[in-house]
Amino acid sequence: MRIAILGFGSVGRGIARVIQEKDPGITVTGLADSRSGIMDPEGIDLPAALDRKEKKGLCGDRQVSPLNVVDGAEYDALVEVSPTRIDDGEPATTHIVHALSRGKHVVTSNKGPIALAHRRLHALAVSHGVQLRYEATVCGAIPVLHILQHDLLGNQVQALHGVMNGTCNFILTRMEDEGLTYDQALAEAREMGYAEADPTYDVKGIDAALKLVILANTVWDLGVTLDDVEITGIDLITPEAIRLACDRETTIRLIAEAIPEKGLLRVSPRIIPQGHPLLVEGTLNAVTLHTDLAGELTFIGKGAGSVETASAVIGDLLYLGEHHAGAH
Amino acid sequence: MRASMKLEMKDTPGQLVSVLTPISECGGNIIAVIHQRDPDSDSGVLDVQIVLDLPEGRLDDLVGQIKRRGVTITRIGKERLFLQRSLLMIGHIMHTDISDTVDQIDRTGYAEVSELSLVMPAINERSSARITLKTATATDMNKAVALLRKVSAAKEILIVEPLEECG
Repeated sequence: MRIAILGFGSVGRGIARVIQEKDPGITVTGLADSRSGIMDPEGIDLPAALDRKEKKGLCGDRQVSPLNVVDGAEYDALVEVSPTRIDDGEPATTHIVHALSRGKHVVTSNKGPIALAHRRLHALAVSHGVQLRYEATVCGAIPVLHILQHDLLGNQVQALHGVMNGTCNFILTRMEDEGLTYDQALAEAREMGYAEADPTYDVKGIDAALKLVILANTVWDLGVTLDDVEITGIDLITPEAIRLACDRETTIRLIAEAIPEKGLLRVSPRIIPQGHPLLVEGTLNAVTLHTDLAGELTFIGKGAGSVETASAVIGDLLYLGEHHAGAH
Repeated sequence: MRASMKLEMKDTPGQLVSVLTPISECGGNIIAVIHQRDPDSDSGVLDVQIVLDLPEGRLDDLVGQIKRRGVTITRIGKERLFLQRSLLMIGHIMHTDISDTVDQIDRTGYAEVSELSLVMPAINERSSARITLKTATATDMNKAVALLRKVSAAKEILIVEPLEECG
C-alpha cells in the first residue's frame, strides 16, 4: 500500500518510524510538513527525511506545498496528521476533501475535521467509493471505533461513558494522591509534557467533548457539534472537594457521557466510586460501552503519545489494505 | 435499600400473594410480613405491614405494580425518604447564603438536605462541600438535583454529581 503523510510533527514522525522499523508493507510516496513537501512514486527514503527534519526543520522541498502532495503524489491512502486549527478544522479538512475527491482513502488523527464535518466528509468518501478512517482521533491507542464499527456488529449501543483526556486525568490523579492544588498539579503536568503551555483546550473539557462528538456521530449518526455538548472543565476542582469525595470511598474524574435516549451529551467532573472500571490512573484513557447484547464493556489504554497514535493510524491503514485494496 | 410499607387490602384469599409476587419480581427480598387483623372489625379490609430489601431504583416500579392490583399503600417506610445521593459543591458557598440553598431544597416537599460537610481552606478562597439529598423516589431525586444545579448556577457554585450510569 502506498501512502502520503501530511504533517511531520510528533505523530507523523512516529508513523514514519514504525513503518521503517516494522516494515508492514506500506510505502510512503508523498510527505509534507507545513513548509515543504516531497514526492517519489518509488518510495521516499524515510531515514533521510527524518534526518532532514531534525537538522533543517524541513522534510522536503520548499517549492512543494502540502496541497501539491495531496493532489499530485501517487498513493492509495492519505494520512492527514498535520497541525490543525480546532475552530475551522483547517488545513486538514481541505486536504481530506481533495484526497477523497481524487478517490483516495483517508486516515486521520485530526479531531477538527471529523468533529466539524463528519457527515459531509463521510458522504464525499461514499460517493467516491473510498474510506475515511479516524481511529486515532479518540482515546489514543484504544481501538474503540474499530470495536464499535466491526466487533460489536449486531449490538445496539445504548450509551457510552469515558475518561477521554489524559491531561485532566493526570491532574485529578495527582490532586487525589498528593493533595496538590489544581495549579500545582497543572504545573507538574506541564513539566512532564502532559499539558500544553495553554492548557485551556484540555482542562476546560473541550478535547474530551470533541471526542464525544466524534463517537456520537460515528455510533448514532447524530450530526451533533461541539455546541450540542454540555461542557464543564476541571479547572475549578479543589483538593478539599476531592478529599470530601475520598471520605466516602469515591473520587472525582472528568467523564464524557453520551446517552442518546435521554438526549444527553455531557462532559463534566463526576463523583465515581473507588474500584469503578473507569477509575484509571495518570494519563490513561478508559471507555465503557453499554450494549444490548454484549452488556457493559470497558476498554483501558494510553490516550496519547506519538507511538500510541501511530498504532491507531497504522491499524487503520492495514485494515484498508486488507479490506479495501484496489482503490484507484 | 430497606423499606417498609403499610398496605390496605381486601380480606379475601389470594390478595396477599398478589402483593408479594411483584416484590420478588422487582428483585426484592421480604424480611417480614405483619398482619394487623382487627378481630372486631367486619369491614372486610386487611392491614398488612411488609418489611423488605429492594434494589436501588425499583421502588417506583413496585409501588405502581402494587397499586395496579387494587391495593392501597397507606404508608411507605418508617422513614419517608429512602433514596440518598451525595454531591459536591465548589465555590463561595457561605457568602452565597448556604441556608437559602438548603431551604430551597427543603421547601420542595419531596426532597431534604440530610448532610452538609463544609471545608473552608482560607478567607476569600472558594470552599468545598459535600451535600447529601434525600428523596422518596428516583424521579424526585432527579428533580432535586436539577433544582440544586439551578440554584447553584445562579450563585456560581460548581456542582459535581455522581456518575449514574444508565440509571
